[in-house]
Amino acid sequence: MGRNLFNKVWDLHRVKTLDSGLDQLFIGLHLIHEVTSPQAFSMIKERRLKVRYPERTYATVDHIVPTLNQSRPFEDELAEKMMLALEENTVSNGISLFDADNENQGIVHIIGPELGLTRPGMTIACGDSHTSTHGAFGSIALGVGTSQIRDILATQTIAVSKPKVRRIQVTGKPGPGVTAKDIILKIISELGVNGGIGYAYEYAGPAIRALSMEERMTICNMSIEGGARVGYVNPDETTFEYLRGRRFAPEGEAFDKAVEYWKRIASDEDAEYDDVYSLDISSLSPMVTWGINPGQAVSIDDNLPRLTDLDEGSADVAAKAYEHMGFQEGSQILGMPVDVVFIGSCTNGRISDLRAAAAVVEGRKLAEGVRGLVVPGSKHVAMQAEREGLPGVFISAGFEWRNAGCSMCLAMNPDKLKGRELCASSSNRNFIGRQGSPEGRTMLMSPQMAAAAAVSGKIVDVRELMGGEK
Amino acid sequence: MSANDIKITNLTGQCVPVRGNDIDTDRIIPARFMKVVSFEGLGEAAFYDIRYNSNGKTDHPFNLDVYQDASILLVNKNFGCGSSREHAPQALMRWGIKAVVGESFAEIFSGNCTSLGIPVVEVDSADIGRLMNAAEETPNMNMIIDIESMTLNFGDFEIEARMNSAARNALMTGSWDSTGVLLDSGEEIDAMHESLPY
Ligand code: SF4
Repeated sequence: MGRNLFNKVWDLHRVKTLDSGLDQLFIGLHLIHEVTSPQAFSMIKERRLKVRYPERTYATVDHIVPTLNQSRPFEDELAEKMMLALEENTVSNGISLFDADNENQGIVHIIGPELGLTRPGMTIACGDSHTSTHGAFGSIALGVGTSQIRDILATQTIAVSKPKVRRIQVTGKPGPGVTAKDIILKIISELGVNGGIGYAYEYAGPAIRALSMEERMTICNMSIEGGARVGYVNPDETTFEYLRGRRFAPEGEAFDKAVEYWKRIASDEDAEYDDVYSLDISSLSPMVTWGINPGQAVSIDDNLPRLTDLDEGSADVAAKAYEHMGFQEGSQILGMPVDVVFIGSCTNGRISDLRAAAAVVEGRKLAEGVRGLVVPGSKHVAMQAEREGLPGVFISAGFEWRNAGCSMCLAMNPDKLKGRELCASSSNRNFIGRQGSPEGRTMLMSPQMAAAAAVSGKIVDVRELMGGEK
Repeated sequence: MSANDIKITNLTGQCVPVRGNDIDTDRIIPARFMKVVSFEGLGEAAFYDIRYNSNGKTDHPFNLDVYQDASILLVNKNFGCGSSREHAPQALMRWGIKAVVGESFAEIFSGNCTSLGIPVVEVDSADIGRLMNAAEETPNMNMIIDIESMTLNFGDFEIEARMNSAARNALMTGSWDSTGVLLDSGEEIDAMHESLPY
């Protein structure tokens, strides 16, 4: 029997198995941001340790940076304090930092790939649960807590238990208007938000092969929403082509040599898995969430589930969701009026996402009373969008065009929902309070669906806006 | 440089039940409280948005007088899902929680707990229901968590519990504060740093 990528890469990075039974895993690439790292630096300072291999850590700022006015000092004193802490910590430890005024700045999970830092066969860790995004390249990418950031800074390793591997085999050709976001929302709604606990997800099959790197990132990004700490796609020509010429990717002969390694670590044809799940997406429709976790999602043409149709555990959470959202069981999701539309985040803030949203918005106007925010995931995404004239499309439709950052995905900067506002969002979490207002409501969907909601003032099926007639 | 060497083999304390499945890290600590460069003071922010609303304090268990001395948190399924923020277990710990008992837990959350020396103990769904009822009826009763024998004693109940075996070992051997343990492999780490193809 052959071996899967996960086991190959894990074994290559396992320093040893500790007495506790946990594996000591070497982390090849460590990414940090301003929110979860300051305490880790304090901890190593307290213990008089130093950063072991500063060249294996890169820092950026994304979570708290304002996306309107990024000039320093930030208006928010606490945000400014966190920025200063990161600057201090990176300078004094010799770590590269992409600061707010650096052209490489952006959401950590967007810049890693676009700069070519993220590559196949690596172990990657970051103090952020959506680190799973980087798995799109065929790496083992794990979200970690602050104590583990401390461990990585001090030892470049973490103590971690090895998960099992579930292959998610996706077949079929998606219809128009159906995106990677819809595929992953479907997977999570089927397997549940805790279905992936203890597993790494390998996304495979012809439908995954056919996806671009950016689409693969959207899928891997949300692995954690299904409980899987790691999600990955085997590297292939699409991966290699994406990486060729990227700023930190190897060049010339070194690149070819790297490709050899990347091919070698891909799962063997006859690789073994602990579990297999199959999904045919031929008849998949655009998906939207209606509840308070990302597994509470339906096809745009379905009605909301009835509590009596759900098992006991999910009925509880569903009842809570209906109460918070103010939705009726059994009712339609189509036509639900929205107040705010957010297009951005590490799930869907890349150039292809902005293009897709712009294609829907072009020639239309934001519906009356709706606030629309477009936040590119990185400075490079923003610059590319500018070259293509996308900001103009959004601005003339009435959207706000912002600087790069996490923005209203978690609302640690001034971008927040107010009161009970309902937001159609291209981000990844619809938890209560996630977008900055404890009563605020979030519906997750693809960027094109969010754009369609923006110009319609309500949840609509984006497929009805496609096909030329406007 | 060695780890704390504090061996955690058993724990006794009063319980505070927080009911509900899929309680995520944004519930445990809303993101706005993460604008800090240290973890101090986070206890006040634990469960903030369910502890307070526009009318002031709610009847969330963390607000009730009877639970102010509790140190064992009882929860249901998939507790701690969502973000990797260590602020979540830090906030619970600083409120006074020393152990968590529930039906199931999100992985990053339980890993974070372990590295703070907080045992994450799993029990069957029926058992957690009984424990929660008992903790509501008799809030000042002590629970004994015996990590060696993996049993919980609570009033009339003696319940079998489960833990991730590596986490359990780490607590019992005092190696849960991992940095020191990891540093012991300094040479192997250096060798791997040199030999990796990137
Ligand atoms: S965009 Fe949202 S999910 Fe992604 S890193 Fe930022 S806050 Fe986290």
